Amino acid sequence: MNDTIARSILVVSLVKVVVLLFLVLTAVAYLVWFERKVAAHIQGRWGPYRVGPHGLLQPLADGVKFLLKEDATPAGVDRFLYFSAPLLTMTLAISAIAMIPFGPASIHIFGIATPLVIANISVGLLAIFAITSVGVYGVALGGWSSNSKYSLLGGLRSSAQMISYELSLTLSVVGILLLAGTFNLSELIMRQDGYTWGHLPKWNLLNPTFPQILGFFCYFVAAIAETNRAPFDLAEAESELVAGYHTEYSSFKFAMFFLGEYASMITVACLASILFLGGWLSPFPQTPGLDWTRYLPAGVLAVAGVALIIHGVRYINVFGRIALPVLGVILGALSFLCSQPGVIDDIQGPFWFLAKVLFVLFVYVWVRWTLPRFRYDQLMRFGWKVLFPVALLNVILTSLAVVMRK
Amino acid sequence: MTPQLVIFLVLAAIAIAGAVNVILQRHPIHSAISLISVMIALAGLFLLLESEFIAVVQIIVYAGAIMVLFVFVIMLLNAGAEERTNMSRMARYAGVPLAIFLLIELAYQIGAAALSMTPQPLAEDVTRRLSMLLFQDFVFPFELTSILILIAILGALVLAQRGESVPAKGGPKTIT
Repeated sequence: MNDTIARSILVVSLVKVVVLLFLVLTAVAYLVWFERKVAAHIQGRWGPYRVGPHGLLQPLADGVKFLLKEDATPAGVDRFLYFSAPLLTMTLAISAIAMIPFGPASIHIFGIATPLVIANISVGLLAIFAITSVGVYGVALGGWSSNSKYSLLGGLRSSAQMISYELSLTLSVVGILLLAGTFNLSELIMRQDGYTWGHLPKWNLLNPTFPQILGFFCYFVAAIAETNRAPFDLAEAESELVAGYHTEYSSFKFAMFFLGEYASMITVACLASILFLGGWLSPFPQTPGLDWTRYLPAGVLAVAGVALIIHGVRYINVFGRIALPVLGVILGALSFLCSQPGVIDDIQGPFWFLAKVLFVLFVYVWVRWTLPRFRYDQLMRFGWKVLFPVALLNVILTSLAVVMRK
Repeated sequence: MTPQLVIFLVLAAIAIAGAVNVILQRHPIHSAISLISVMIALAGLFLLLESEFIAVVQIIVYAGAIMVLFVFVIMLLNAGAEERTNMSRMARYAGVPLAIFLLIELAYQIGAAALSMTPQPLAEDVTRRLSMLLFQDFVFPFELTSILILIAILGALVLAQRGESVPAKGGPKTIT
């Protein structure tokens, strides 16, 4: 009996892993599309437009291109490390997402209730940090094994940067650990339940004991640096280093680095939402006056669906005139599903979680296309002389507040 | 064979093979990578003992911090493959017998110790108990260690700056 339970748990976990892997890879592909679109609109351009309506099939075309391009291996590379570096980057970045809880409710697979998280372990937060800290090797070894000056310099810069900013990243969440007293991500979210003065959510950003505003600032900046994105993308500064650590990588090995970068972006955004923005908790208290907020998921989907249908029927080509309204109808059906009594409560958690993650991702993209790149010495000075002391100050102030509260 | 035993054997084999490989590899980077695989296999062994906290800390501290610095320094100095020499006289007549003696003694002591082969269930909330030990019962040695590390950092800085003038305000304009 015990054995069958263990086996069915294993099967359920495997199903969850496969589903999440599929979802994450799709999300990564469309995150690239999202970034290109947002960047284009910030700069007054249209962005991808040719492949599918509004460039919606662009990720597919990119993927096919990555697969079909010639996979060149330069002379004099350290073959074992050269091949394992991109693999390491991608695997680690994707496996970190296994620890992320997407909602409070359980789903049913083969009649077994299972939570919306693959690995709900007691030290989830630390495990994610452990995975990101090992992620440095992908960049460092990729740069070293390519046997190229630009790659080596990019890899060195990047590892120095990641080591420096990892400290601030880890320190910035210590305040939250002091307030919550747990490493488990689901429990960290549960501790943020409740509303100050009846309306203001008790998210860690607005924690009544000590608001983690400094912590959020440090986390946000350090996370940008940790994922090697502009304005901290010194690792691949095109104007100086060609492309940095992945200069010598082509075809699918480059795509693996690329996937890894965007997957770790998603992890970091999920963590920001869990740690500071209350994860899956709704920003509205469930009072009778605000009961209508339960219909927000359905409402958002319905508005998006109607907008797609109205816009789609006047699209410039036939494919778009068919595809966009069909997409709109699907969204409308989902909206109807989300307003049904059995589903409406289950959908709240994932909806708010995804909304917050999407918001954080949007800010990441916004920052990338707004701020110019830092100079290397500025980067180091900022990391060690501003960010690190501020994170330390946040720890001291939070511990004082926690002690005073007791 | 229980699944736990299979996982243990695999992890132990990786750890031992990695440790041997550290010595056998001629390039420092390859040695460092082997050492990292040892660290990660050890973390897996800790996980098998149901001490998640120690496992994760093992990865963060050893694989994620110390070994990154090792790799970084090797890359920065661009260290090449090391040369093989025949053993020196000292190593042959003193080192090898001592190493064999140490191995025999370790094997004997481990064999003599009455170790239980079934994993003991751990107490609840290991992380909290560990921090209680570190920050309450042994807080003085703990703080003493941190001062020791601080002194070591200062010493390293002094050694690194010997013979060089202090860089001008704004920092040196070098790229690394």
